[in-house]
Amino acid sequence: MNWLTAEHLALVFGGLTALSILLYAILDGYDLGVGITLPMGNEAWRDTAIASIGPFWDANETWLVLAVGLLLVAFPAAHSAILHALYLPTAMLLIGLILRGVAFDFRAKVKTQRKVYWDYTFKAGSLLATFSQGFMLGIYVMGLQYHTGSIIFACFSGLCVTAAYAMIGNAWLIGKTSGELQLHAIKHCKIAGVLTLSGILAVSLINPMVNANVLQVWTEPPLAYFFAAIPLLCFAMFVIGYLALKRLPLPKDAGAWLPFAICNVIFISSFIGLALSFYPFVVPNQMTLYQAASSRESLLIIFFGAVVVIPVIAAYTAVAYYAFRGKADGLKYY
Amino acid sequence: MLDTLILSRIQFAANISFHILFPTITIALGWLLFYFKLRFDFSQHPVWMRAYRFWVKVFALTFALGVVSGITMSFQFGTNWPGFMETIGNIAGPLLAYEILTAFFLEATMLGIMLFGFHKVPRWAHTLATFLVALGTTFSAFWILVLNSWMQTPAGFEMRDGVVHATDWFAIIFNPSFPYRFMHMLLASALTVCFLVAGISAYRLLRGDNKKAPKLTLKTALFTAAILAPTQALVGDFHGLNTLEHQPQKIAAMEGIWHTEKGAPLVLFAIPDAETQQNRFAIEIPKLASLILTHDPNGELKGLNEFVGEHPPVAPVFYSFRVMVGIGMLMLLVAWWSSIKLVRHKTLTPLHLKLLIGMTFSGWIATLAGWYVTEIGRQPYLVYGLLKTRDAVTTVPSEHVALTLGLYLVLYAVLLVLYIKTLFWLAKRAVEVEEYDLTMPGLPENAPATDKATGASA
Repeated sequence: MNWLTAEHLALVFGGLTALSILLYAILDGYDLGVGITLPMGNEAWRDTAIASIGPFWDANETWLVLAVGLLLVAFPAAHSAILHALYLPTAMLLIGLILRGVAFDFRAKVKTQRKVYWDYTFKAGSLLATFSQGFMLGIYVMGLQYHTGSIIFACFSGLCVTAAYAMIGNAWLIGKTSGELQLHAIKHCKIAGVLTLSGILAVSLINPMVNANVLQVWTEPPLAYFFAAIPLLCFAMFVIGYLALKRLPLPKDAGAWLPFAICNVIFISSFIGLALSFYPFVVPNQMTLYQAASSRESLLIIFFGAVVVIPVIAAYTAVAYYAFRGKADGLKYY
Repeated sequence: MLDTLILSRIQFAANISFHILFPTITIALGWLLFYFKLRFDFSQHPVWMRAYRFWVKVFALTFALGVVSGITMSFQFGTNWPGFMETIGNIAGPLLAYEILTAFFLEATMLGIMLFGFHKVPRWAHTLATFLVALGTTFSAFWILVLNSWMQTPAGFEMRDGVVHATDWFAIIFNPSFPYRFMHMLLASALTVCFLVAGISAYRLLRGDNKKAPKLTLKTALFTAAILAPTQALVGDFHGLNTLEHQPQKIAAMEGIWHTEKGAPLVLFAIPDAETQQNRFAIEIPKLASLILTHDPNGELKGLNEFVGEHPPVAPVFYSFRVMVGIGMLMLLVAWWSSIKLVRHKTLTPLHLKLLIGMTFSGWIATLAGWYVTEIGRQPYLVYGLLKTRDAVTTVPSEHVALTLGLYLVLYAVLLVLYIKTLFWLAKRAVEVEEYDLTMPGLPENAPATDKATGASA
């Protein structure tokens, strides 16, 4: 096992942590997005929308636990530094997640007239969790510093992430629903898409202006030529997505999953863009992956476990998605 | 203003106390559901499916509360206790990672199939999902108790530059107190569920539920408790002997032994006074503590005087221990008495049912008290002999911790009240509706109208 050096392991675990965060953003992103744009005027729509994420949300949220767990395990010093700086927004995120998670269950079990309060709780919790995540991302991009500028940026980032989750949440609903609710989701997906695009453009301009390293990554040839493909891909997806949404719905529900697939590409490319901007730092401008990594023996123990278990997780997750394929209308609670 | 250390300790204690309530139920309830499902698969008798359908709702709600409070826990290591991972991260990290990889994903994914998949997957796959959820919760308990036991009785490591490094993973996982603690917790979960099931079933019967399911679940719960309660007493005794070997000051605090003595009495009740280092108003049985712990009426038990500055605060450990044992004894008596009456008369009197309703959450109190004994009993150490609690705490300003603590406390109090109310509301509604109608199985469009009332969600 000598070929697997401490540097390799730091890189592997950096990659695994990043992958968990990305999977979390996509998977719980659509859950939270459905929560944010829950149509309060129509109870049947709300039932269907929530039923569409019912079997998945719990496993989706587990990616956050894995991401934090990996950061904690593989980069303990970075974990402490980041969570120390993000103490209050983290608490807000957790309270949001608690409210969202319990509302899911209470709404289905309390007296009928109280259900609507839990739906509001569900929406408010989703919104609080989402905004907190965006705020945390903003502070992170600003080098974990608090000053007027960084707080304004972080609030803006909170709104961007809210728009992005609303976009992917509605894209999920387009695939999972039909009829009027699907039309509703198409409309909201368009609005959220436009807001997300504006947000990504603004962040892409501000980030290199604030961080000199970031500017260098994206402008220094020859790598910058290759990297340029990432934003181009991302913006192309917005254009294709917008054109697709204008034509939906199509007969036989053709292309209903296209917006969700496009949202995935947008999330992945934005995330890679962000990761490239900060590599090799795990705490921006302060601590690299290699400085923060834990001992080689501990990482190896987890590495072997992860190599065996992650494919198994992927397999049974695929089984679950296959079991619940199709429209969400017929979902029943057992 | 309290300082960051004490506020962080209160916050962690509040969080973990709230959290443990829910896994305590789901660990054993998962296996009970698997049992109901198996009985249904083999007998095709609808009563087993009715029992399953009622209790799976309780499971779903409990599981959700466990998940959300557990996520909060996973963040608090970093936000409030950075020194914990910085010192023992090389041991705790892999254990937590394995918990997430082998337990969390498994239970979370299979829960979806268990709750919503009845008509979507073959029947055997639904039973398998139920089994895997139970297995997942048990794996989760396994890993977390490995870590907790290791914090009490560390083994299989070496210290280099103030940081713990693993040397023997087998010794780490099967550390000296792990087998006792794991068994003790599994049985605590089983007894908690027995009394929860008995209490809620009694509530349904008392409200005039004539269906077969609550009678059946009442009987299952009480008979199981009658067997497990004495088993738990035995396991608890072994656990105590193990603690005496590895953490004598914890035993001294539990028994209220201030000074080393031969032929120590068993203190039934007293008010331990830290000022004078004595027990006031003590009611004692001579020589019994020595007899129980050393198997010799004149055996020597070490007192707190041998561990100056190294022993836990006495009163909370002393009282919690008595609460745990007292409720355990009560559970044993009630389980036996109820079982005998059920065998003889087939039914229980309304007064007896009320007693069982009163004991619905007795398992929670005993479990919490037991955890307080073991966790407060570990103080002033966070990791016994290696890391003191005060050396692991964050430098976040105390105002911030006070703010988050206040928010968590309010949230937890509200959720706890709502959880209990909802359980009884579910029971009340179950009195009026049939959980599962055999005349129309497997046909979603014919399923009873009440299904839709549940809002098609977990």
